[in-house]
Amino acid sequence: MARFDSMLDACGGTPLVGLPRLSPSAAVRLWAKLEDRNPTGSVKDRAALWMVRAAESDGRLRPGDTILEPTSGNTGISLAMVAKLRGYRLVCVMPENVSTERTQLLRMYGAEIIFSPAAGGSNQAVAMARQIAEDHPDWVMLFQYGNEANARAHYESTGPELLRDLPTITHFVAGLGTTGTLMGTGRYLREKQPDIEIIAAEPRYGELVYGLRNIDEGYVPELYDATVLTRRFSVGTRDAVLRTRQLVDVEGIFAGFSSGAVLHAALAVGHQAMKEGKRADIAFLVADGGFKYLSTGAYGGTLADAESALEGQLWA
Amino acid sequence: MAIEVRIPTILRSYTGGEKAVTASGDTLADLLTDLDARHPGLRDRLIKDGSLHRFVNVYVNDEDVRFLGSLDAKLADGDHVTILPAVAGGSGGAGAFTKPRS
Repeated sequence: MARFDSMLDACGGTPLVGLPRLSPSAAVRLWAKLEDRNPTGSVKDRAALWMVRAAESDGRLRPGDTILEPTSGNTGISLAMVAKLRGYRLVCVMPENVSTERTQLLRMYGAEIIFSPAAGGSNQAVAMARQIAEDHPDWVMLFQYGNEANARAHYESTGPELLRDLPTITHFVAGLGTTGTLMGTGRYLREKQPDIEIIAAEPRYGELVYGLRNIDEGYVPELYDATVLTRRFSVGTRDAVLRTRQLVDVEGIFAGFSSGAVLHAALAVGHQAMKEGKRADIAFLVADGGFKYLSTGAYGGTLADAESALEGQLWA
Repeated sequence: MAIEVRIPTILRSYTGGEKAVTASGDTLADLLTDLDARHPGLRDRLIKDGSLHRFVNVYVNDEDVRFLGSLDAKLADGDHVTILPAVAGGSGGAGAFTKPRS
């Protein structure tokens, strides 16, 4: 079906596209789940819509309420769109040194922004949002890192879509951030295909991003359950950029850098399956398109230049 | 047997500022024991109550050791080990496109 009553109804139902040239062999095939084909252009539309609906149905969120969320990424953009259409005010907490594209997109959709100090990074934005929530008990923090509806969005939509479109699926590969996509999709697919491998590709940033003062300041999202995963790869900036460029060069898929990291892990398991003489249908998730990242300049020039352009940035 | 271990900024006070050091061991547990002999105190920052600290991630050749047997993960000559603190990030992360701190 290609007709929808509203933008919110057009969430999900994204295409699964084969990669005939990048697939390792005829028996080991790669498939891209194109989540950039969602209303605001990223996989986060699913989580935003499910979290808002859940808060509405349990009575936490009422018309005219204010939603508070620590995000300057795709989740903020998705929540801003959903909030606008459902009649809520959205306040995002984000580090003051975020790119102007992000700020402009959020404001365009009507979100208000509270800046947290640049030096504290994302951990401080989370901490600051928690403090603001205490000061404004009437504001509703959906908190994507710990909200079960984030993972449930994928259990109820992404997982069933993948199994419907690829009943022979053997592997599912996606990026690890809030962990919602992998937890929800992974649980659904494992219930239906107990032998399936659920693979996480975690971006490994430049070291400035890991600027904690103390190990105990670290953070693991409340949603994360390691038993859902089969393997977890750390993918560096250079490999992510290389694969992102291959996606557009070879298969015509213009994706963000997190998708390159995911493809890198998908190719690793694909080559292993081929070596072991196994058949494999590997579905991997393209979380967003490349437009928001063009200003990094990392789509052109040498890999070394791209790597230094992304140094110190959270590129996924 | 020589294994390169990449040390995160936060723990370089134990390695005299070195980004990467060399150690040896057949398993991750052995490696960390050897590492601690060369850089005293480092092991205690990585292990808590006999397991890997919840906020410490260790990767062998870019794969998370928690899926390779954790402290029992097997190591071979030439492997690369990377130690990183766990931070909030990803496409939902609060700090997407944060510039380096000055």
